[in-house]
Amino acid sequence: MKTKILAGTHYMLGDHACAEGAIAAGCRFFAGYPITPSTEIAEWIARRLPKFGGVYIQMEDELASMAAIIGASCGGIKSMTATSGPGMSLMMENIGLAVMLEVPCVIVNVQRGAPSTGLPTLVGQGDVMQAKWGSHGDYEIVAYAPNSCQEMFDLTVEAFNTAEKYRIPVIILADEAVGHLREKVVIPDEKEIKIVEREKPDVSPEEYLPYKGDGNLVPKMALAGEGYFVHMTGLTHDERGYPDITGEAHERLVRRLIDKIQKNKEKIIKYEEIETDDAEILLVSYGITARSSLKAVQILRKEGIKAGLFRLITIWPFPYERIEELSRKVSKIVVPEINSGQIRGEVLKAIKSNLPVVGVNKLGGDLITPYEIIEKVKEK
Amino acid sequence: MKVEIKKEKEVKHHLSKWIREDRWPHIWCSGCGIGIAMSSMLYAFEELNLDPKEIAIVSGIGCSGRVAGYVKVDSYHTTHGRAIPFAIGLKIAKPNMKVIVFSGDGDLISIGGNHFIHAARRNFDLICICVNNFNYGMTGGQFGPTTPHEAITTTTPYGNFEYPFNLPYLAASAGATFVARWTVLHAYYLRQSIKKALKRKGFSFIEVISPCPTGFGRPNKIGEAIDEMKYYKEKSVIKNGVDPKEAELSFRGGNIIVGEFIEVDKPSYIEILKENLEKIKEV
Repeated sequence: MKTKILAGTHYMLGDHACAEGAIAAGCRFFAGYPITPSTEIAEWIARRLPKFGGVYIQMEDELASMAAIIGASCGGIKSMTATSGPGMSLMMENIGLAVMLEVPCVIVNVQRGAPSTGLPTLVGQGDVMQAKWGSHGDYEIVAYAPNSCQEMFDLTVEAFNTAEKYRIPVIILADEAVGHLREKVVIPDEKEIKIVEREKPDVSPEEYLPYKGDGNLVPKMALAGEGYFVHMTGLTHDERGYPDITGEAHERLVRRLIDKIQKNKEKIIKYEEIETDDAEILLVSYGITARSSLKAVQILRKEGIKAGLFRLITIWPFPYERIEELSRKVSKIVVPEINSGQIRGEVLKAIKSNLPVVGVNKLGGDLITPYEIIEKVKEK
Repeated sequence: MKVEIKKEKEVKHHLSKWIREDRWPHIWCSGCGIGIAMSSMLYAFEELNLDPKEIAIVSGIGCSGRVAGYVKVDSYHTTHGRAIPFAIGLKIAKPNMKVIVFSGDGDLISIGGNHFIHAARRNFDLICICVNNFNYGMTGGQFGPTTPHEAITTTTPYGNFEYPFNLPYLAASAGATFVARWTVLHAYYLRQSIKKALKRKGFSFIEVISPCPTGFGRPNKIGEAIDEMKYYKEKSVIKNGVDPKEAELSFRGGNIIVGEFIEVDKPSYIEILKENLEKIKEV
């Protein structure tokens, strides 16, 4: 009997929901190195994936894990790794390689308190900027910030689809609290889950240009062993994939890598707005903190204060335009996040007025409570 | 009277089908041995009558890492030190392809040292060809983990006070099941070893000692590449089956022990993986 994904309603750990989401999305290769608080993803995958004929390999470190998932994806297998902050730092060089080679893959970062070894078992949201700027050079990235176990499942499926569609590494920027949360997860039937596959070349090997991105800027991808004899290099390359380290080639290539995300950002960006229509105070929040922010909005509304929540689902690309629009209607923006103000900076970048943008920031590895947010909202 | 000159048919090298000719000329310095190591590999492909579709080459960074870009098979030029783990992912995805890691000593043994020993430990199905020219050639001739004791490089201007790895010994002790060393003078034997590696499973490691007249020969007063080849001719001793621990490698006066040192039959990673997947599916 064919092994099936766990369709149905479950009481499930966030990390497990993420792992099951990967399997549902078609992930059949996982290379990783255990690190708290992401380990349960590896454990779930190690148990479940072989039943689908997939491979779990525990590599010697995170650098190897990231390299291995790129290699496997070049062979045509949907691939993923999962880690936490310190491991994410080690993966950064090869995340840049995945960007440059345009290889679809998914990287889960279940964030913990940091820098360095920091707070292994406690929550943090301090890797927001790392997700965007962690690798060297100019590039764009897509990063999702799930706020529930359900989203750990749903956004993992979505991350694979986005990776395949744009030929990019996609990051799931979870946090310890979501990873270790246990709650209801509804997994749809396999046939109801929308799966995107990368586009394959429809021309002969002689005509094929592996790095020619026409139309939507995403080149079609030939896999190893198909007779296209692709050459992929992390060096700046031309449309044939051959190294061309001229300024023109670099401008053309890197511009396209940026454009394929930027010009499609309307299709990629996801957010949720709660009571923003008449809001006078806007909360901008994401991940587990968005749940405290939602509670804060509900309490404030009962007290007659018109608060609304803008929840980032994709952190990158950042919805600057929508936040700018909303900023014109409110008197104050409050940004709760478990770091010293990383997204607050992006909100400031988005708005054109001198509107006060107040952070609610906590660094102690603890969640931000609704009351701490309310306090900042009410502060004159 | 009009004289018709018959245009001569373009003569192609019989290995040209294996080369991305539109990438010629290559970037290597004159006297460099990487080309011999590469052509030995191409001869092996040709003599085994392999289908280019069956082969993938993965390289890291540096002069030897450029091989991936010159060979007309699926080829991947990755990051410094990570050719082996990239190749591991690729091989798991494409178990029927012959995946070759072709890189230099700095790439595979220094920054990639951890991956190297673990790939050997796993007896992972890769053919790992390591061109050892005793220095970091492309970045300007700095020392590395294979640089001989007392050798002069741009970062050991007073002589290297560290001691180098013996790569066959390292590979064998980590678990590699086929281990050979040749110099580029031994192109014929090198080709035979590559052919052997292409036909077997598990982790095959072949060290290729190569002159680097620009980065290593000049500061160490070895002379031209031809002088280094003469040294190989004089000092190389073929000792097949010798304990790799005893495989001396000297660049000044001593011997260079070459040969096929280790050939062990042991289940490879891919074989065990397949067996396990079958078992797990039945559970």
